Amino acid sequence: MSISESNTNMNVIDRDGLDRLFEVLVSEGYLLIGPRVRDASVVYDEISSTRDMPVGLKDEQEPGRYRLHERGDGAVFGYVVGPHSWKRELFPPVQKLYQVQRNGGKPDMEAPAADVQKRALIGVRGCELAAMAIQDKVFVDGPFVDEQYKRRRENLFIVAVHCNEPAATCFCGSMGTGPAARSGFDLAMTEVIGGGIHEFIVETGTELGATMLDAVPHRESTEDDRVRRAMINETARQGMTRAMRTDDVHRLLTRNYESPRWEEVSERCLSCANCTMVCPTCFCSTVEDVTDLSGDHAERWRKWDSCFTSDFSYLVGGSVRPSISSQYRQWLTHKLATWQDQFGVIGCVGCGRCISWCPVGIDLTEEVAAIRESEHPAKRYV
Amino acid sequence: MQPKVKPKLAVWKFASCDGCQLSLLDCEDELLDVVGAVELAYFPEATKSVVDGPYDVSLVEGSITTPHDAERIHQIRRESKVLVTIGACATSGGIQALRNFANVESFTRIVYAAPQYIDTLKKSTPIGDHVRVDFELRGCPINQYQLLEVINAFLNGRKPNIPTYSVCVECKRRGLSCVMVSQGTPCLGPVTQAGCDALCPSYNRGCYACFGPKESANVPSLSQWWRSSLDVRREDLVRSLRTFNSGATDFERESIRHAN
Ligand code: SF4
Ligand code: SF4
Ligand code: SF4
Repeated sequence: MSISESNTNMNVIDRDGLDRLFEVLVSEGYLLIGPRVRDASVVYDEISSTRDMPVGLKDEQEPGRYRLHERGDGAVFGYVVGPHSWKRELFPPVQKLYQVQRNGGKPDMEAPAADVQKRALIGVRGCELAAMAIQDKVFVDGPFVDEQYKRRRENLFIVAVHCNEPAATCFCGSMGTGPAARSGFDLAMTEVIGGGIHEFIVETGTELGATMLDAVPHRESTEDDRVRRAMINETARQGMTRAMRTDDVHRLLTRNYESPRWEEVSERCLSCANCTMVCPTCFCSTVEDVTDLSGDHAERWRKWDSCFTSDFSYLVGGSVRPSISSQYRQWLTHKLATWQDQFGVIGCVGCGRCISWCPVGIDLTEEVAAIRESEHPAKRYV
Repeated sequence: MQPKVKPKLAVWKFASCDGCQLSLLDCEDELLDVVGAVELAYFPEATKSVVDGPYDVSLVEGSITTPHDAERIHQIRRESKVLVTIGACATSGGIQALRNFANVESFTRIVYAAPQYIDTLKKSTPIGDHVRVDFELRGCPINQYQLLEVINAFLNGRKPNIPTYSVCVECKRRGLSCVMVSQGTPCLGPVTQAGCDALCPSYNRGCYACFGPKESANVPSLSQWWRSSLDVRREDLVRSLRTFNSGATDFERESIRHAN
């Protein structure tokens, strides 16, 4: 997608202005969650200023490989997405749902109080905003509302960033989710760096965003700024090397349940579940009931689960999907095809996480292409 | 309410280091509750008093390495309503299953001054090769909280929450970054059963597979990746597969494939 031109409300802050914005958010009671480096990668965690951020770093990503390098230009957002996604903040990996205490004849049930902490998410990418919108459909928009998710979601302040340099694993362009953020943010920034300039062109998405920005020294954008912004985005769009064709993917996958490709990929796939854990849209969970030794106190916990575990599809008598081929097929066909039947959208936003963080580098874009190819084997001319 | 009859718990040892059964005594905060809930009928590491069988639950540590033990385990099975094996030795043969890849006499000759008195089997085998096992608790050593969970689930008549999926699931839930992907460090997590909460990756090291192969472990694919993308030498791959769970079928088969 190319960056929207209709958005007229644009201002410019300088490098110090970014820290000033953070201070404003903190003074308004927000907990800042943003990118920082841990274990040789960019993860999302609490930050207090840009000093905590991966300033001047760039990520190099390939199937099954991720490395950080120095950029040499001091860019604040010069990398793309890492192993974490914002779903950790909204749909925590492990969460207590409720507890029960035996109290004579009647059990006392108690759900944990809703988390009312206000969170400011810093550096949210276009694909990630799209992923949040998809998870909203799952957790909030359906007939069963996840109150904990809803409360956390309502208390977010989102500072989006348009991606300037996609990784080799990114394919948001073909999924229509990036590299520029389109909607769902309070503020969205384009980082401009080079030629002695280091600034952020800031779009305002909400009233709240405007209020926060007002408290930060800024200037109105000029025609030059807008041109520069459009050029940066166009360069990013053209720099994207990976793509996935989506127009036929529903029909393609649902008529290929018996493709030999599922067996082929199952020889490589480890059924380790990393792809589903890093995916910003995967929402599956399991519940575990625990008791104390006496059995008088019980708790129900929700934990991230995955279609790559055999317990996940366990019914009376065994697992419905005991083989790796059936698990991989479930994952890919749900994500790209049957998700559309269920939620009206594709379940993939093209962030590339499942490609980079698959320990053996399995690439869903390649798997889809191979299945498509298997229907029309390339003609050979001798 | 009628006073509940406490279930009788027995703890048995075969070829092992004792580390797993000591995990029970390591449960310091919960130990009194455990002793309050079960009768320690046979547990020589904890008490000299012995109550005769039959036992409601037997925890069995260690592997079968002698003709005598191969007999003794049948007696224990007969006396146990529920038999739970604990630890890598009991569930896959343990580190001592390395003898399975060699001639055990070549070891006894080096270790003992008078090897002729040593009456040992050619192979170290898991308890499950000899008798029916009701539940297997993995790990070298086991995780004390998993042990408590199994006892707890037994006492409350519920399913124990002991997952058989990969270490990667725990690793990612903890928010760790994969050491293979971000640092090129070989890790056995994708083929190893969870249970340690991804302890080694949390210290930036690869998983050593203490909990043995996970459900549907695709070891050949991981080996292939280690060799081709992480430049792991063949002999190092074989050594990695031959540690505490070398006798587990998925690891054994793959290590043999690369050893020869
Ligand atoms: S596709 Fe990759 S990350 Fe996903 S389960 Fe298979 S091996 Fe693991
Ligand atoms: S399927 Fe892969 S590329 Fe698509 S959203 Fe999930 S992690 Fe990103
Ligand atoms: S570090 Fe090991 S356990 Fe963790 S995700 Fe990577 S391969 Fe799996």
